[in-house]
Amino acid sequence: MIAIVTASERLAERWPLMVRDLVTGGLPEPWRWLANSLIAILVILLAFATLFALLTLAERKLLGRVQNRPGPNRTGLPFTGLRLGGLGQPLADGIKMLTKEDIVPRSADHVLHFLAPVALLAFSILTFAVIPYGRHLVPVELDAAVLYFFAAGAATELAIFMAGWASRNKYSLLAAMRALAQLISYELPLLLSIVPVVMLAGTLSTTAIVEAQGGWTAGVIPHWHLLTPWGFAGFIIFLISALAESNRSPFDLPEAESELIAGHLTEYSGFKYALFFMAEYFGMCALCGMGVTLFLGGWQAPFAFLEFIPSYLWFTLKLLALLFTFIWIRATFPRLRIDQLTRLAWKFLVPLALVNLANAAFWSLTRDWSGALQLVRWAIALALVVVPFVLIGRQLTAGIAPRTYRYA
Amino acid sequence: MLGSGLIKGLAVTAKNFVGSFHDPERLVTLEYPEQPAKVAENYRNFPFLVSESADDPMGTLRCVACQICEKECPPQCIYIEKSKAKKPDANGKLQLFPAVFDIDISVCMSCQICVEVCPFDAIKMDQHFEIAESDRFNALLLRREQLAKPNSYFHQIHPTEAAQVDAMLAEAARKAAAAAAAKAAAPKPAASAPAPAAGSTRLAAAQSPAARPAPPAAAPRTEPAPPPSNPA
Ligand code: SF4
Ligand code: SF4
Repeated sequence: MIAIVTASERLAERWPLMVRDLVTGGLPEPWRWLANSLIAILVILLAFATLFALLTLAERKLLGRVQNRPGPNRTGLPFTGLRLGGLGQPLADGIKMLTKEDIVPRSADHVLHFLAPVALLAFSILTFAVIPYGRHLVPVELDAAVLYFFAAGAATELAIFMAGWASRNKYSLLAAMRALAQLISYELPLLLSIVPVVMLAGTLSTTAIVEAQGGWTAGVIPHWHLLTPWGFAGFIIFLISALAESNRSPFDLPEAESELIAGHLTEYSGFKYALFFMAEYFGMCALCGMGVTLFLGGWQAPFAFLEFIPSYLWFTLKLLALLFTFIWIRATFPRLRIDQLTRLAWKFLVPLALVNLANAAFWSLTRDWSGALQLVRWAIALALVVVPFVLIGRQLTAGIAPRTYRYA
Repeated sequence: MLGSGLIKGLAVTAKNFVGSFHDPERLVTLEYPEQPAKVAENYRNFPFLVSESADDPMGTLRCVACQICEKECPPQCIYIEKSKAKKPDANGKLQLFPAVFDIDISVCMSCQICVEVCPFDAIKMDQHFEIAESDRFNALLLRREQLAKPNSYFHQIHPTEAAQVDAMLAEAARKAAAAAAAKAAAPKPAASAPAPAAGSTRLAAAQSPAARPAPPAAAPRTEPAPPPSNPA
C-alpha cells in the first residue's frame, strides 16, 4: 500500500520530466541537453506569460474589490459571446498594445531606446532559471544560484537607467535617477535579509536551501525559515525590499504619475511599453518565487499529511499567495516620498537586517541547545528581533508621529 | 508602535475586499446597460406631449395648438401648425389641435420654459435619456407621434407633479361644472359670465368629474393667462 502511494507520488512529481525525456530521448547527448534546455525555457516562458496575463487582470479585479467595485468584467472571449468575468481583458490589452503606434522621439538615442526594454526583459527572465519550481523541477542547478539570481536581478536597474537616459526626456531621466537611487538603496537590505538563510543552510544552491527546510515537528509545524525569529524578521525585510526592487506600490516612485508622468516609460509606447510592463511583473514573480524558496519552504508541503499534493502545486500556491500580498499592499498604502523611501532603507531596514544577521549567527551557534535551553534560545532570538525593532522605530518616529492636522 | 498603522490599514482593505463578496450592498457600481440606471424623480431632460389615453394618443392630445410654447421657447426649437378643423377633446369640447408639432431636441436646451408657459398642462418634461441616434438630422427632430405620451406615463415618471396637475384639472372642471349648473338654475340674469360654449359646459357637467381623474382644460381656468387663440 505504502509502496503504491509513493510510486504514484513519484509519478505525479516526475511526469513533466518523463514527458520531456520521451520527446528528447532519441537525441544524441549534447543535442539532448540543448533540447532539454529549450523545452525548459519554453515552458517557463509560457507559464509565466500566462501568469502575467492573468495577474494583470487579477490585480485590477482585486483592486476593484478592495475599493468596492466589481473591476473589469466586460471583455469576454472573442467570437464566443462568453464573458467569464472579463477573462478576455488581457487578450484585448495585448492586441491593443501590439497594434499601437511605436513612437521613438527624434532626439532619443535610438539604439539604447530600443535595447532598454529588451535588456530589462532578458534580465528578468534570466532570474527564472534558478528557482526550484518542484522537487525535480529546477531549470538550472547552480551551486551559486542565489548569487546568480540577485546578480541578474540587479542588472535590471541598468536597463531602467538605459531607458531613462535614452529617451532624452527630463521626466524619464529624473525617474531613472530615482530608480537608481531606490534600487541601490534597497539592494542592500534585500541582500542582508537573505544572508542569514545562506548562513543557516550553509549553501548558495536554491535546491539545497529548500531541502534544508524539509521536515516537520510533530507532523504539523514545518521547518520553514519563516517560522524562526530571524527568518520572520528576515522575511519581512525581504518583502519590503522586494516591493521596492520590483518598483511596486508604495515604492513606485520611478513612475509616480503625479510627479513624473510615467517616469522612465514616458517616451515608450506600443509593444515596448508592454515589454516594460511584462518585465516588471516578471521581476515581481521572480522575487516572490525567491521569497517562497528562501523563507516559505519552497515546494515543501506545510503539513506532513498534505505531502501527496505534488510539490509544484505547493510552489504555485505559495507564489500566488505572495503575489496576492503584493497586490493587497498596493491596494492599501499610499506612495512614499523619495526622502522617506531612502530613510526607510538606510536608517531602518539596514540596521535591522544587520541585527538580524547577528541573530541568525546566534541561532546557528546554539543549534544543539535542547530542553529548557531551547526555550532560552527562543527567548533570546525573539528579543533580538523585537527590541531593536521597537528601539529603532521609536527613535525614527520621535517628533514625527502621531501627526496632528489642524484645519483653518 | 511603529507599523501598527500599516496593519490597521491592511485590515481595512481586507475588510472591504471580503465584504465586497458577501455583502452586495457595498458595491455601488450599477452595471448600466443590464441594470437600468435609476434617475431621481425630479430629473427632467426633454419635453413630451401629454395625451389622455394610451390607445389613441393623437386624438387625445391635451395640446390645443395655442403656440405659446413655440413663441416662448428661447432657442426656437418648437414648430407647430394648427389644424384646419376642430375636433372634440376629452370633454367633448371642440378644440384645435396641432396638425404638426415638432421639437428639434438637438437644439432644445432643456430649459422647461415651454412647460412653464403652457396653460393647458399639455407639455411636460420627460426622463428618457437614452436618445443617442445615428442620424443627426431626422432622428433628432421629434414628431408629435414620438412626442405624445399618455398621462399614465407622466404619473409613472413624475408621480408628485402628475398628481398635483390632475387635482388642479379636476378642481377646475368641478368649478366649471358648478358654474354651469348655477347658470342653468338662474334663468337669464348673468349672461355676461365668462361662459364657454354652453353645449360643452353642459356636457362637462353631465360627466361625473370623479369618474375621470383628469378632465382636461374644458373650462377656462383662472390662474394662467387665458389662451389667446381659444375658440371661445
Ligand atoms: S425645454 Fe426650453 S428649449 Fe426645450 S422645447 Fe421647451 S422651451 Fe424650448
Ligand atoms: S403651450 Fe401647451 S397647448 Fe399651447 S401649443 Fe404649446 S403645448 Fe400646446
